Amino acid sequence: MQLSREELLKAYQGMCLIREFDDAVHYEFAADAMPGFVHLYVGEEASAMGICMNLNEKDTIASTHRGHGHCIAKGCDVTDMMKELYGKKDGICGGKGGSMHIADLSKGMLGANGIVGGGPPIVLGAALTYKTKKMNNVSVGFFGDGASNQGSISESMNMASVLKLPAIFVCEDNGYAESTAREYAVGGKILDRGKAFGLDSHEVDGDNFFEVYEAAKHVIDNARNGKGPALLHIKTSKVYGHFEGDAISYRTKEENERIKNDEDPLKIFKKKVIDAGLLELTQLENIENESKSKIKKAIEESKDAAFPNPNDLLTDVYIKY
Amino acid sequence: MSIKTYREAINEALLQEMKKDENVIVIGEDVAGGAGTNGEQDAWGGVLGVTKGLLKHFGRERIIDTPITETAIMGMASGAALTGLRPVAELMFVDFMGVCFDQILNQTAKFRYMFGGKAVTPLTIRTMYGGGLRAASQHSQCLYPMFTHVPGIKVVLPSNPYDAKGLLIQSIRDNDPVIFMEHKNLYDTSGDVPDESYSIPFGEANFTREGKDLTFIAMGQTVAICNNVADTLKKEGKTCTVLDLRTLSPLDEDSILEAAEETGKVVIVDESYPRCNVATDISALICQNSFDSLKAGIKMVTPPHTPVPFSPPLEDLYLPSEEKVLNAAKEIL
Ligand SMILES: Cc1ncc(C[n+]2csc(CCOP(=O)(O)OP(=O)(O)O)c2C)c(N)n1
Ligand SMILES: [Mg+2]
Repeated sequence: MQLSREELLKAYQGMCLIREFDDAVHYEFAADAMPGFVHLYVGEEASAMGICMNLNEKDTIASTHRGHGHCIAKGCDVTDMMKELYGKKDGICGGKGGSMHIADLSKGMLGANGIVGGGPPIVLGAALTYKTKKMNNVSVGFFGDGASNQGSISESMNMASVLKLPAIFVCEDNGYAESTAREYAVGGKILDRGKAFGLDSHEVDGDNFFEVYEAAKHVIDNARNGKGPALLHIKTSKVYGHFEGDAISYRTKEENERIKNDEDPLKIFKKKVIDAGLLELTQLENIENESKSKIKKAIEESKDAAFPNPNDLLTDVYIKY
Repeated sequence: MSIKTYREAINEALLQEMKKDENVIVIGEDVAGGAGTNGEQDAWGGVLGVTKGLLKHFGRERIIDTPITETAIMGMASGAALTGLRPVAELMFVDFMGVCFDQILNQTAKFRYMFGGKAVTPLTIRTMYGGGLRAASQHSQCLYPMFTHVPGIKVVLPSNPYDAKGLLIQSIRDNDPVIFMEHKNLYDTSGDVPDESYSIPFGEANFTREGKDLTFIAMGQTVAICNNVADTLKKEGKTCTVLDLRTLSPLDEDSILEAAEETGKVVIVDESYPRCNVATDISALICQNSFDSLKAGIKMVTPPHTPVPFSPPLEDLYLPSEEKVLNAAKEIL
């Protein structure tokens, strides 16, 4: 394990911040304080952090409808994100996008996406830019097990393979697409789909940060060095339902308990680093408390922030019209 | 007759048509839900519960949950319609048409014409449209003008529970491809709906108010807005006609012209993007045919030429409202 103490702390900070952000959104939404549709990432934190810790600011990612974790892991500001969720003027997209459209191009975050399977084709384009301009960057496209059935995903993997693009496809397989099980909806194996298009394809335990980090490092380093695209099939699970308000009647009580107790990537990380004597408990607890207060402050600021002005409705449709 | 919601009316239409004709099947994402899980089957019944309960009557052979794959859903439904089934395919949000438009635009809608009149494609696409749920730019669009633009597909926009049931039954029985568009904000509205099966013919607009001073032309969700404004104006001594188009393709041109000529003053209320939408189409129709009877320029109340914003105050500003419609009416009354 070649991670430094700083890197380990950074990994835990990121995962805690994602956890606190989405837990807080869960409560705010339930209290009717938040508009729109929100899809929470709790339980999948190791995936976003394990991948994004291998990326630099110039590398890019494209996310999904379940995007908060990817945004935070890629460095988006949590207060600006929270303001966006409340539809405020100072939100990360001026309040115009909301949860499903968070983007920060300055951080290499090319957007969450309301269209299932919408992101990976965009990643092809970013990767083409890097290849054409001989830049040393990679682009990562996240998608779910459900999204893996969209034609856009297969088409993107094939194109990346044909053009040997520095594109990484990350399938975050949490077992469900809305209320439908992966076992029902995915014919064959997701991993085999990557292999069929000639991608370097790996299955990864998404509850284990270290495993995600290692696998991501391998494929991202290769892509940077011109060795072409890859697929990571990350097995994970989400604690909350599809979106806030979902009764999750399609999962059993035992499964919900197992996800919470045995498949929590934060707990697993904590145990590993403490057992191995890499970090101390107090360090980790400090991080947890810092995340809590940071998110609490983000919510307070967001609630107090102003809504957009009426004129804002008409701006930014075009650059010039 | 009993009071039912728009959601219940649609569910009942599906139930009754499926009982009557075994060729009717429902295809879509999570239209039952729970497929392959150890938990509840029929867990969702569609994202807003419209198809809930059908599974227990018809089983998974006829209530078919699919992977997320709109192109294959629309293609499969079209091919099935062409070869002997009568599918009702669900496109969860009309915005997702971006993924699968080819199957509608270049395949289903053109089969009959391209094949020299040989094809019969009794396909119904049910889909959800419109703003108001704070669902932002990719889950709030109307897009019906994109379908009215395409020859070969019929476009239906029920404005109330009674029409929803009758027009859906007609859609299913109709032998042409139909897109049946449900406004998200209407699902919880309720009204009198007969328990027995009935159908409402296409191309027959409905006069929901009759008056002498001004004509509102509306569709889907904007009908209720216009009815309310007409009622407000009545208290102020002005009587208005409200024409609910019900189907945008076929379009009841006779009723539109009659309604326009009767008052000479027309306000068209359309929630879709303002360029090349239903309002502009109807206004051209009226200008071409009834120009001499107009007493004022035609008014259109539509959103601005922008995507649908997320932020609640911006979305409220974006959408047609009673206030905007009332102001438009007063400008020409
Ligand atoms: C093109 C398209 N089809 C359907 C939907 C509705 N929808 C949103 S998320 C989702 C399930 C996605 O499942 P998965 O890819 O496994 O991601 P997860 O939600 O599990 O993270 C569906 C069907 C959509 N947003 N876009
Ligand atoms: Mg999933």
